[in-house]
Amino acid sequence: MTEAMAPAKEEGFQPSILAFCCNWCSYAGADLAGVSRLQYPVNVKVLRVMCSGRVDPYFVMRALELGADGVLITGCEIGDCHYISGNVKAKERFERLSKLLDQIGIGSERIRLEWISASDGIKFAELMEEFTEHITNLGPSPLKGSATGGV
Amino acid sequence: MDKENVKRLISDMGAHDCVECGKCTTVCPVTRFNPEFAPRLVVVKALAGEDMDLSKDSDIWVCNTCEMCNNMCPYEVDYSGFIRGMRGEARREGHEPDCTQGGLLHAMMRIMANSDLPQKRLDWIADGLKVAEKGDVFLFVGCLPQMDAIFEDRNLNLVETARSAVRIMNHIGIEPVVSPKEKCCGHDLNWAGDEKNLIKLMNHNVQVIKDSGAKTVVFTCPECLRTFDLDYQDFLGDFEFEMVHISEFIARAIEEGKLKFPENISISTTFHDSCRLGRHLGLYDEPRRVLAEIPSVELVELEKNREAATCCGVSGFMSCNSISKVMQMEKMQDAKRTGADVLVTPCPKCRIHLDCSTRDETPVDKGLVDIPIMDFTVLVDLALRGELQIPDVQDKEAEKEAEKTE
Repeated sequence: MTEAMAPAKEEGFQPSILAFCCNWCSYAGADLAGVSRLQYPVNVKVLRVMCSGRVDPYFVMRALELGADGVLITGCEIGDCHYISGNVKAKERFERLSKLLDQIGIGSERIRLEWISASDGIKFAELMEEFTEHITNLGPSPLKGSATGGV
Repeated sequence: MDKENVKRLISDMGAHDCVECGKCTTVCPVTRFNPEFAPRLVVVKALAGEDMDLSKDSDIWVCNTCEMCNNMCPYEVDYSGFIRGMRGEARREGHEPDCTQGGLLHAMMRIMANSDLPQKRLDWIADGLKVAEKGDVFLFVGCLPQMDAIFEDRNLNLVETARSAVRIMNHIGIEPVVSPKEKCCGHDLNWAGDEKNLIKLMNHNVQVIKDSGAKTVVFTCPECLRTFDLDYQDFLGDFEFEMVHISEFIARAIEEGKLKFPENISISTTFHDSCRLGRHLGLYDEPRRVLAEIPSVELVELEKNREAATCCGVSGFMSCNSISKVMQMEKMQDAKRTGADVLVTPCPKCRIHLDCSTRDETPVDKGLVDIPIMDFTVLVDLALRGELQIPDVQDKEAEKEAEKTE
């Protein structure tokens, strides 16, 4: 293994993190963080979906396969879902996916599910800060550079 | 589309021998419910050559690769081999199948193929199970633990199949090798046209088995066995180790007098010939011989059995649709009609699909399809321990109601 490929906490490692945000709560939370001019790391790429229930485990798996270092799924608080129970479904799927990731060796610590309401701009910024640090400490994804296309 | 490749595929398939008798179409389970698809037309289109670019055709993804047509063809045209080859061509062109579970399983397999992550593959080993790191017999567990995680909400407990296999082997004094380094066999990727990743998985798995020093590899999953026996050996030539399905292994042990079954409650079973075990590998008698040997177990044949057995509806976790559902309903009704207590399947994936088909609302009356499904290996293990019992049909709707009220 060449030095450039050496994993773990190398100097200047900037993780790439994908955050799924639901249209009604957490994306509005991200918006609020923005208009409130709260600072959070640029490593997080926000992807808006209509509901956290839309996030198929495959999306997360595919992001990891393509070399994402961490994936965040965010949605409305339980009971607050715009579509009544989308976040409940997201939670079920997340639990199953976590088990699968542990089994195949990627590790469930690289993904996280959080509920953020539209008024939680501060929570959003703090979470991004904290998760980025967490992933930076974990080091680059073991799958970085191994992606081979596919579906 | 690479014309040379397609030419080679057509001659490998033996399409030139086709006399257009249409027998393939009459037996095709997909054609029965989807008149737009016909195996004969696939051959005709293939022979039409350049004018017909099959790689863009949806036909190649509709096929269930159950090999009913291959079996029926008097001129031995290899339809499924051609379909598999064309899928590879289609993939090179950027056409993709509709995968079930959104493609999660295929992504998992690709990740396994392209990385060497430390997997947790052996968490299922329970107390009292004796396994070894090196030895003569290797038990290829396959993706049972991963499937259990993916289908966790369905409580299928697929790893019990692996536990049962180990228990049976322990019973005859064998401590099988199980390896945490094993990876998926690549069956589903292969049938989705992803040969590149299949080869990566193949090289890894074959090396793991060679390193273990095993002389016999036992499979509980017909798909893994098919991939090793037919596809891997196609690439690498004949292996030095022998590959057997658990039913062959048990049948042999019975012949040698190493397995004796105690008295159990009497139970009547019906056997589902999975396409990989039956038509692909030709193993019809072994599981039946084993079932006949268990004193209290009676076997009632399905109306369509052996070569004529109908499909579980989905292969390689691709194209699960309304046609699959109709096929599954037919299979389950056939099983229920036999009056048997339980439907026995040798294939974990058939179990997943058939269980799925009756889980939610069914297009036919629930009473016509509610027969419990049991894995072949688990049944043999229970019989061997004298603990055989008829499993309850899970009252899935009541279960759901209970969940709701929680």
